[in-house]
Amino acid sequence: MALAKLEQLSKSVVQGPSLVTGAQPTKDWMDTPAIFKEGNFAYPAKKEKVEYLNSSSDLNFPNARIWSPDEDDWKLPENWQEIILKGLAERLEKFRSLKIFMDCCVRCGACADKCHFFLGTGDPKNMPVLRAELLRSVYRNDFTLAGKLFGKMAGGREMTVGVLKEWFMYSYQCTECRRCSVFCPYGIDTAEVTMMLRELLHLVGIGINWILEPASNSNRTGNHMGLQPHTFKDNVDFLAEDVESLTGVKINHSFNRKGAEVLFITPSADVFAEPGLYTAMGYLALFEQIGLDYTWSTYASEGGNFGLFTSNELMKKLNAKMYAEAKRLGVKYIIGGECGHMWRVLHQYMDTMNGPADFLEVPKSPMTGTVFDNAKSTKMIHISEFTADLIKHGKIKLDPTRNAHVMPTYHDSCNPARAMGLMDEPRYILDHVVPKWVEMPENTIREQTFCCGSGTGLNTDEIMELRMRAGLPRANAVKHVIDKHDVNMLSCVCAIDRATLSSLMDYWNPGCGVCGISELVGNALVMDNEKRAMGYGADGTESELPDGFRTMV
Amino acid sequence: MKYAFSFLAVLALVLFAWLGSMIPGMQYLFGVAIPYLAIMIFLGGFVYRVVYWAKSPVPFSIPTTCGQGKSLDFIKQDKLDCPTKTSEVVARMFLEIFAFRSLFRNTKSELHEGPKITYESSRWLWLAALLFHYSFLVIVIRHMRLFLNPVPQWLQFVDFLDAGAMLQVGAPLLYASDLAILAGVLFLFGRRLVNRNVRYISLANDYFPLFLIFAIAVTGMLMRYFLRTNIDIVNIKELLVGLVTLSPVINAQIGSIFYIHVFLVSVLLIYFPFSKLMHMGGVFMSPTRNMANDSRMKRHINPWNDPTIKPHSYAGYEDEFREFMVDAGIPVEKELPPKKDEE
Repeated sequence: MALAKLEQLSKSVVQGPSLVTGAQPTKDWMDTPAIFKEGNFAYPAKKEKVEYLNSSSDLNFPNARIWSPDEDDWKLPENWQEIILKGLAERLEKFRSLKIFMDCCVRCGACADKCHFFLGTGDPKNMPVLRAELLRSVYRNDFTLAGKLFGKMAGGREMTVGVLKEWFMYSYQCTECRRCSVFCPYGIDTAEVTMMLRELLHLVGIGINWILEPASNSNRTGNHMGLQPHTFKDNVDFLAEDVESLTGVKINHSFNRKGAEVLFITPSADVFAEPGLYTAMGYLALFEQIGLDYTWSTYASEGGNFGLFTSNELMKKLNAKMYAEAKRLGVKYIIGGECGHMWRVLHQYMDTMNGPADFLEVPKSPMTGTVFDNAKSTKMIHISEFTADLIKHGKIKLDPTRNAHVMPTYHDSCNPARAMGLMDEPRYILDHVVPKWVEMPENTIREQTFCCGSGTGLNTDEIMELRMRAGLPRANAVKHVIDKHDVNMLSCVCAIDRATLSSLMDYWNPGCGVCGISELVGNALVMDNEKRAMGYGADGTESELPDGFRTMV
Repeated sequence: MKYAFSFLAVLALVLFAWLGSMIPGMQYLFGVAIPYLAIMIFLGGFVYRVVYWAKSPVPFSIPTTCGQGKSLDFIKQDKLDCPTKTSEVVARMFLEIFAFRSLFRNTKSELHEGPKITYESSRWLWLAALLFHYSFLVIVIRHMRLFLNPVPQWLQFVDFLDAGAMLQVGAPLLYASDLAILAGVLFLFGRRLVNRNVRYISLANDYFPLFLIFAIAVTGMLMRYFLRTNIDIVNIKELLVGLVTLSPVINAQIGSIFYIHVFLVSVLLIYFPFSKLMHMGGVFMSPTRNMANDSRMKRHINPWNDPTIKPHSYAGYEDEFREFMVDAGIPVEKELPPKKDEE
C-alpha cells in the first residue's frame, strides 16, 4: 500500500477522528472488532519458515500453512481455543509478572497517552492498558472466580476468533518498548503482556514473516540477514578496505579465530546496510587503533535476537550461540556492538538462560586495566562502556572537529535505556567526539525516550503508514531540535533504530541523518600512521574528506 | 452506562441493609454474622491471592530502569531508579508505595497542528491518589478506637490530629480525613467521566468500588454528624469490642444507618480479594520494580530453565557451509574431504 503523502498524513494525524484528537468512540471496545485491510497488518510467516523452525525438536511453531489475516478463515487448528487457554494457564504458572499484571491494574490511565502507537494512531486499543485488557478480559473470564461467576459483568469475555484477531492486530502494534511501564504505579510492563500474546498466537500458527524469517535465518546462518559465512566475511572485508581507503591504515581483522582475547558480536545489519555500515567501520578503526586482540564470528554473527519477539524458547536458542561460540574459540570475554534488543536479551536474560559463563573471565580492558564489575557474571560488555572507558583514560586521540559537519542529538534506544540503564556512556562519548550536540526535550529522552516505532520486527514495508504514525513522537522531538538548533544527525546505539529511524527521518524530517555513536568515534579517531584521504571542497581548497566514512560507500 | 450499573448495585446494597436491619432479629445477621464472614473472606482471600501469585516464579530479572545503571566509576549511577543493592531497592519501593513516585512522573500529551506533540507535567492523578489513599488509611486507623478498650494514647493522638482541634466546625469535631476522602473519591470518579481515555477504558468494576467507598464514607459521616439521635455510641462500641473479643452482644436498638455502614464495609471486604483492589498486595510484588538491576553482575536463576534447548550447533553449521568457509579462508574444525580425482 502506498504511503500517504506527508501533508495528508500530517492532517490525518491531527484532524482524523481518534481518541487522541478528541473523538469519543460510540461503541464499547469489546464490541469493536479488529478489521484487517491491506496496509494495517504485517504479512504472515511463510509456510516453509514456520516448518523449518518447527522441525527443531526444542521449538514449537505448529500449523504451518498459507493464510492471510484479511481473509475470514485463519485456518486455525480444530482445538485452537483449548490450545490457547492451556498455553495461558502454563504461562501463568511460569511467570509471576503475568499474574501480577493481570490482577493489579486499576485502569488509572496513567499509561494511556504514553504509547507512541496511541499518540500516532489514536486507536483506543493502542492504549497500553487496553492492549493488556485484550488478554486480561480472557484471563478474568477463565481464570478468576469473579469472572467465572459474573462473566461480562466482571469484565470477562469468552475467547473467540474475534478476540484472537484483536490479539494479533494489537500485539503487532506494540514494540515492547516499555515506556508505559515507567509511568505505571505498579510497574505493569506491557512488553511482558505483548510477549505472552505473541507466544500464545504462535501456538496456533499465527506469526508474521518479518520476525520468523529473520529468526530462522539467525538459527541457520548465524545472522538474521541470512548471510552465509563467506558473504559475511566479504562484507566486513569491504568495510575494512573502505576504512583503509579513508585513513591509510591497514585493518587487521579476523573471523572465527581461536585464542583471540575478545569475541565481538554486533547486529548483522551493521555489516549489511547503510547507515549501519559506517558504525561497523567505526568499530574496525577503533579496534585497529588500540590493537585489540579480537575476532568476529560468522557462526555467532548476529547480536539482534528475533527470538525475543516470538517465544522464550527461540530467544534462548538464538542467544545460546554467543556463549557457545565464545567457548569454542576460547576467548576471555565478549564485547557487544550497538544494538537495542540484543542488549535487552543480554542484560536481562542471557546469563539466566545460557549461563553460567564460567569458562570466560570478567571483562578487563587490556588498554586501561579497568575491570568491568558490572558484567562480572555475563562476561559481556557494551561497546559504549568500553569506548567511554578508553576516552576517560586518554587511551585514544580524538579530533572532534572532524565531526564538525554534524550537529547531532542523541536518541536513547528503548531497550538499553529502559532495560539496562545505559544512558550516560553514549553521552560521555558524544561529549568527546563532536564539537557540539544537543538534547531533545526532556519528556522524550532517557527513560522517557520514544521508540522508533518499528522495533520488535515491525520494520517491514507493508505497514509503512503505521510505522510513520508510531514514530511520530520520536520524529517530532527531533524536529523540535532541528528547528531550534539546526540538528542534522540523530545518533543512537541500536541497529534497528539505524534502519527504522532513517525511514522515519526521510519521511518526517528529510535531511536529518542517522548514525551510530561508533561512527562518530571512528570519524574523530586520530590513528597512528594515518594518512587521511583528501578532497577538494567547493571553494577549491584541499582538506580532509568532510563526511568521514560516509564518503567511502 | 457502566457507572449507572455500579451505582444501582450499591444502591441495592444500601436498601438491602436498610430494610433487612429493620426486620426484628436480623440485627444479629448484619451486626455480627456478616461482618465475621466478611473478615474471614477478606483475610482468607487476601492470603490466597498473594500465595497464588507467589507460587509462580520470577524466571527472569526484568526491572524497568528509570535512570543510569551502575557501570563505570566516573558515570554516576541513579541508585534510586537503577538500584543494584537491596537497600536501594527498598528505597525505590518505599517511595513507590508511600509516595506513588511513578504517578508523580505523569505527563499529559497533546496533539497540535503541524503535527506537533507537546508534553507537560500532570500531577492531578498523583495528588488525588495520595489524598484518597492516605485519608482512607487515617480513617481505618482512627476506627481502631471503636474496637479497642481502653483506647491507646497514640490512637487518641491520631484522632486529635485528624480532627484538628483548632479547626472546630460545629460539634462533634470535623475530621479532615472525612473531607479528604470525599474529595479524593469525587475527583477519581469525575476523572473517569471527564478524561476521555479513562472513560473509555473504565469497566463496571472500576466504578463499583468508587461508589461503594463513597457510600461508606457518606453513611459514616451521616452517623457522626447528622443522624446522631439514632446512634448510641456506647452500644456500638460494646458490639465492636465484642466482635474483636469474639463475644459479640447487641444490647440495644442501634439505628439502621449503622447497619448500612457496616454492611457496606463488609461488602468491600468481601469484594476486595477478588478485584483490582488487590493492587494493595500486588504493588509489593511487581518484578519490574522490586528487583535490583544487577543481572549482569549476579546470575539470576530460572527454575524452569530448559537445558535441552541448544543452539543450532556449530558442527551442523560448518557441515552446511564448510566448502564456502574453506574457499573464503575462514578457519574450520574439520577439513574438506579430499577430492575424488586426487585419490
